[in-house]
Amino acid sequence: MKDSIPKLAVFKFSSCDGCQLSILDLEDELLEIGRRVNIAYFLEASRATVKGPYDVGLVEGSISTPHEKELIKDVRQKCKTLITIGACATAGGIQALRNWKDVKEFVSVVYAKPEYIETLEKATPISEHVKVDFELRGCPVNKYQILEVLTAFLAGRKPNIPSHSVCVECKRKGNVCIMVSNGVPCLGPVTQVGCGAICPSYGRGCYGCFGPMESPNAESLGERILQLGISKRDIVLMFKGFNGWSEPFRKAGDAFEE
Amino acid sequence: MSEKDRPLLIEAQDFNGLLLSLKRLGYATYAPTVRDGAIVYDLVDSADDLPIGIGDVQEPGSYRLRKRGDGSFFGFVVGPHSWKKFLHPPTVKLFTINSNGKIVANLENSDQKLAFIGVRPCELQAIKILDKVLLGGEYLDIVYASRRKDVFFVVVNCIEPGGNCFCASVGTGPEAKDGFDLCLTELLKPDGHYFLVRIGSEKGRELISSVHYRQATDEEVELASRLLTLSSEHMGKKLEIKGMKELLYRNLDHPHWDEVAKRCLTCGNCTMVCPTCFCTTVYETTNLSLKYAEKWRSWDTCFSQEFSYIHGGPIRYSISARYRHWLMHKMATWMDQFGTLGCVGCGRCITWCPVGIDITEEVKQIDKRDGEVKVKVE
Repeated sequence: MKDSIPKLAVFKFSSCDGCQLSILDLEDELLEIGRRVNIAYFLEASRATVKGPYDVGLVEGSISTPHEKELIKDVRQKCKTLITIGACATAGGIQALRNWKDVKEFVSVVYAKPEYIETLEKATPISEHVKVDFELRGCPVNKYQILEVLTAFLAGRKPNIPSHSVCVECKRKGNVCIMVSNGVPCLGPVTQVGCGAICPSYGRGCYGCFGPMESPNAESLGERILQLGISKRDIVLMFKGFNGWSEPFRKAGDAFEE
Repeated sequence: MSEKDRPLLIEAQDFNGLLLSLKRLGYATYAPTVRDGAIVYDLVDSADDLPIGIGDVQEPGSYRLRKRGDGSFFGFVVGPHSWKKFLHPPTVKLFTINSNGKIVANLENSDQKLAFIGVRPCELQAIKILDKVLLGGEYLDIVYASRRKDVFFVVVNCIEPGGNCFCASVGTGPEAKDGFDLCLTELLKPDGHYFLVRIGSEKGRELISSVHYRQATDEEVELASRLLTLSSEHMGKKLEIKGMKELLYRNLDHPHWDEVAKRCLTCGNCTMVCPTCFCTTVYETTNLSLKYAEKWRSWDTCFSQEFSYIHGGPIRYSISARYRHWLMHKMATWMDQFGTLGCVGCGRCITWCPVGIDITEEVKQIDKRDGEVKVKVE
């Protein structure tokens, strides 16, 4: 039976494993997932592996070492469909903050024997290295979006993953806008929906975990946040977060650098 | 004024009696109430749940509550919610179908009687507009129809307009003319706190008879009328609607659309808070076993790319095209489509725009520079 169902593989590059854990968090659905797909390679869950090729590969993490740069090409070759999951894989992640700095200097300061460290100047998303079939955003990804992507894959349909702003979700929930009613700086208007508007639902501004929405006007939002009395430095820090290396947030962050 | 048409007067302490009578009649009673630093619409149990003595201060992109220092029940204007959330819910499951194509669960229609208490005149007009859009054509929107069929309207006229209000410009307020069951004007007089009551239906007449009332005096009728006249003269915003449709139609290539686009976030907040924006997206979900599929419907926004996506890409790719489409629909094309303005002058889109884009100001800019055409780069 296992031969007739699609083979799923999960790969990890530079990342914290949180997105892989989101898959394991699908506790109520895991058994059914196991029935629908052959979980052939998922080291976070089991050391038992099945050789490729794989029908679908989920890739977590960014490319930050010469080794990973080669490995991703091999992974791409083994996977018919390749889906990247999470902010690291889709935008470089928090480790991409190095991209503005001198990595050699970090290495010399942090490690006792820097000569053992092989690392790239920049941490970059998977799509800069190989063709990616679908990107799932988030830091971490929303486990229900993972389920939706897998279900859509099995059904042979387009996944229903909208790319509009977090605000739409907030308003559908009936939340009161914290930026308008309380002056809380919030990245919701320029961030892609998917988390269920968690932070604004609890009175906290959106951190932008799901990266830029489809047509983000991040600089206009930054100007407004500046009017709310937030310093330029803090605005830079807001944009240069988990998705700081994504082009729209990168540009907006740079625009407010002093 | 004939004695039959003479408005009635109830004391504020009897307002709760109206609410309790509505509950006794089986209505779910929805009214303004304070939550998370704003006045929202939600279920209320008694008049104590109203924002008593609370007002609001609204500016483009800003909303704050304030203590009024009086005991007013309706001393505020419209907040982030509108009544459309009850009649045209943000998300609805339409049906569940199995892999043999058989519908196994149909839309659950609502048979709940709804009482909307504290509906503003502009909001009543917004519901009339939704009636036309969702019930007035060849196909009925059954979600809306089932919720709309038994609604009791207690309208409250606006004696204090808000900072972003312009109902007087578009002719929807500050006083409701018809379409209500009861229409109240709140009177805070030195000798007490009253509501002047106009009756709009037989249901309204029956309800008012459940509480203590008397006929209003000439002086009280005059006071209410004077307050409403003052209110219409003190709107926070103004919009010149004479010739507006033609103005907008002849300025499709105006440079100002691009200027708005520099500020517009395309976040869709204006469309979500607008009491007449009715667009939805319909989508399917399947479960892992692929034995069932569900069809869902959610509020959509014309500011998203997917909204106008057809083969090859979205029709309105640029931000300016999306903003222009929305403003044109509210202020011009709606008239050709449905015979009225699509805007009721409530000002929500101004208040709840995170960057404070002001629809009245954008129309003014185009009017000021009527006929300007943006330079096309060859």
